Amino acid sequence: MSETKKYTFKDFKSDQEVRWCPGCGDTAILNSIQKAMAEMNIAKEDFAIISGIGCSSRFPYYMDTYGFHGIHGRAGVIASGVKTANPKLSVWQITGDGDALAIGGNHFIHEIRRNIDLNVVLFNNEIYGLTKGQYSPTSEYGLKTKTSPFGTIEKPFNPGELVIGAGGTFFARGIDNNVRENQALFMEVEKHKGISIVEILQNCVIFNDGVFGYITDKKEKLDRQLFVEHGKPMIYGKEKDKGLVLEKGKLKIVKIGEDGITKDDILIHDANELSPILHYQLASLKAPEFPVVLGIIRSVELTTYDEAVHAQIEAIKAQSKIKCMDDLLHSGATWEVE
Amino acid sequence: MSKKKAIIEKDHVVIKFSGDSGDGMQLTGTQFSETSALMGNTVSTFPDYPAEIRAPKGTVGGVSGFQLHIGHEEVNTPGDFADILVAMNPAALKANLRWIKDGGIIIVDKDSFTKRNLDKAGWDKNPLEGEYLIHYKVIAAPITSLTQVACKDLDLKPNIVARSKNMFTLGMVYWLFSRELDFTKEFIETKFAKKPLIVEANKLVLSAGYNYALNLQLTRSYRVVRANISKGTYRNISGNTATAWGLLAAAEKSGLQMFLGSYPITPATEVLQEIANRKDLGAISFQAEDEIAGIATSIGAAFAGKFAATSTSGPGLALKNEAIGLAVITELPLVIVNVQRGGPSTGLPTKTEQSDLLQALYGRNGESPAVVIAASTPSNCFRYAYNSGKIALENMTPVILLTDGFLANGSRPWKIPKMSELPEIKHHIIEEEEDDDYQAYRRIGDSMIRKWAIPGTKGYEHRIGGLEKMEITGNVSYVPENHEVMTYQRKQKIEDIKKQIPAQTIDGKSEGDLLVVGWGGTYGHLVTAVHELREEGTDVSFTHFNYIFPLPENTEEVLSGFKKIIICEINDGQFLKYMRSSFPQFNYSQYNKIQGLPFSIVELKETIKNNL
Repeated sequence: MSETKKYTFKDFKSDQEVRWCPGCGDTAILNSIQKAMAEMNIAKEDFAIISGIGCSSRFPYYMDTYGFHGIHGRAGVIASGVKTANPKLSVWQITGDGDALAIGGNHFIHEIRRNIDLNVVLFNNEIYGLTKGQYSPTSEYGLKTKTSPFGTIEKPFNPGELVIGAGGTFFARGIDNNVRENQALFMEVEKHKGISIVEILQNCVIFNDGVFGYITDKKEKLDRQLFVEHGKPMIYGKEKDKGLVLEKGKLKIVKIGEDGITKDDILIHDANELSPILHYQLASLKAPEFPVVLGIIRSVELTTYDEAVHAQIEAIKAQSKIKCMDDLLHSGATWEVE
Repeated sequence: MSKKKAIIEKDHVVIKFSGDSGDGMQLTGTQFSETSALMGNTVSTFPDYPAEIRAPKGTVGGVSGFQLHIGHEEVNTPGDFADILVAMNPAALKANLRWIKDGGIIIVDKDSFTKRNLDKAGWDKNPLEGEYLIHYKVIAAPITSLTQVACKDLDLKPNIVARSKNMFTLGMVYWLFSRELDFTKEFIETKFAKKPLIVEANKLVLSAGYNYALNLQLTRSYRVVRANISKGTYRNISGNTATAWGLLAAAEKSGLQMFLGSYPITPATEVLQEIANRKDLGAISFQAEDEIAGIATSIGAAFAGKFAATSTSGPGLALKNEAIGLAVITELPLVIVNVQRGGPSTGLPTKTEQSDLLQALYGRNGESPAVVIAASTPSNCFRYAYNSGKIALENMTPVILLTDGFLANGSRPWKIPKMSELPEIKHHIIEEEEDDDYQAYRRIGDSMIRKWAIPGTKGYEHRIGGLEKMEITGNVSYVPENHEVMTYQRKQKIEDIKKQIPAQTIDGKSEGDLLVVGWGGTYGHLVTAVHELREEGTDVSFTHFNYIFPLPENTEEVLSGFKKIIICEINDGQFLKYMRSSFPQFNYSQYNKIQGLPFSIVELKETIKNNL
């Protein structure tokens, strides 16, 4: 990796005008990534930002790094190619709920399965924005859109369930406007070795405005969000008096001070637990019955694909008699014609 | 062993091994052809097998064949009709009877001609009885039972023993051609190194077959005199292996690491397998989750500075076309190998066809020019894969290399080239501080080629992608005039490649009544037909295309010397359409075959004569 210098977030801004709609959550995410990257101690030329198609996929054009704006659904595979080709790069895949979970759904589960060391930021606005308002694979059941004028009749994906179900080693969730929290989150994403997927709940001001309003409501959000931290009890609420416990294998909300519950009864979050069961349950919690879980839900380390590819090549190179093309051409059965 | 053989000298002989798809006919054929090549004959082979791995046993649909043609002069095709047919069961005989020459030899496993097998193959009565096969010399040997006898002292189950009966047949055919058994014995020892009993069984059975033929003096035997071939070191190579090796050679020559993103598909899978096996040469193979992922990972790798390729067959090319457009607009080097098979849709996966030409030329959205090159023999797949890599890297463009099922699976002896003698391959990766005013789409000199700045290189951070680019800067641009400028720049870049490819040559006179035109995998059949006709006194010329888009600069001149042009293809006239639109002034006629089979020399000669 090249020598690094001190950056500010401005070093990561390209000269291109940001063309997202005024008030779009994407801009806040862009800011938090630029701020985080400036702090990562990675040379600017070692970042490669890869996207697919959709509003969020314009992202690379606004970054003064290497960038590749791909085709619909293929961000994950283009990024996989870049990272496998050069594991020294910090490769970021910027994608949306349509790009990653509909047209690119196959690639999404396979990049997770392979555990390629990619940093994936999934902008989830539960709608198709660039095509002007059709439902997406994460749209709430019954949502009325231009292609579901009578309400959708499809059950949505929960990205966290999908990631953990596919064997993901890292899943976190954030909200677009929490720039400071997201900046810290992206630092952790970069540190995690293996595929890291961050779902950012992102408000589309034009086609799905307020979709996360219930969760982000300024007055009520402390009762509706649970920000988990590894090693800390899962406590939330305006009075910090609510928490999660496991009862008969299911998560349940309890109130500290009621029914003899004390702080010590609350589950401690273990993001590093290899078993995905509790992580899956946390990712699944839905409002209004439960708070929506934010922060790093799962972070475990397993061998990465990109590392294994190159390790295998080095191992075989060391033991094979074939060192160059001329050796290969003359390997096996050959004969001389005099 | 003093028995004398009645030996017949032949210029060339065609042998077809056929049996159930589990009978080991591909291995038997490969062994015979490699031994023949080692003993100095020229060889051309063609395996022909069903799409199903184990199609219903004993049925005509499940017959697997391996045809080979050996000669003492150059053989360019696996031959139309067999001099010798090996049929391991009644179905194999049924499927192949129409492909044997009158008076040819048929070797059958008599033990397999049971009522049940005859029924399954659709024989009303046993063809070995009566006068049904009177025009042939039939050798009905009890192969299954003699195989069991040979292995009676080995502690092996009968079903395991039965699997080595192909070696009995191979032994018999070796005797017919006075071949040595050593090469195959060594092969058996290597292949089954961990199973000494199997080695023993196969070697015993091979010798048993040979001795059976020797003792019974089955028939006259043949000798194909050593061929007069140019000096050098030779090996057998199949089209798919040659393609993979050509790509690897281009990677080595360019100094770049090879990256192949691919998804298994018949008949292209061996390209992926070969490269997956070449970690010792540093090659990265990425077996993707689908065809699109295969090419998209390669595009990512190309962006990251690798020599990237993807391999597929027709249906896979259809899936990759959007991504090829991405490589066109991002102007990245990429080789797309398309091993053509019968279509449309799943079509005939194991059969050959040339029907992806128009897809390769025009199968994408937008004005999306990509180079199209076609290999024409199993062994020259190496050269054309190498040149595809050279053109892609030197011109920053995707190149589609067309081969086909016939070339991919066929094999030919090949004089091994020296890496030092292959042409240099340059690339356009720029080093740090080489260019203090880098612009992603600035062209190099007078060319339309852009520089290749790869992630990790300080100072050249830039963004590329599928949206139209502003000239020079590469920024996203919707300026109407700019789109036209960029469209013409992409077009010009490909047209400039004409200057890098060899001129089109004519086999025969450069003027005359009739020019036979072919492209790609039909070369062997066309050249044989034309040469035979010329020897028989028919004046006809022949030109064969490997560079399809762009066409060689002198193409028009080549065509202009003839009153009539006949374009022969294994499709419904795709190259004809292309030539008609490129050079509408000429008088074309066509000959097409769409049976999943290569041409036969006989039909070509007849067609050419009829067009004179």
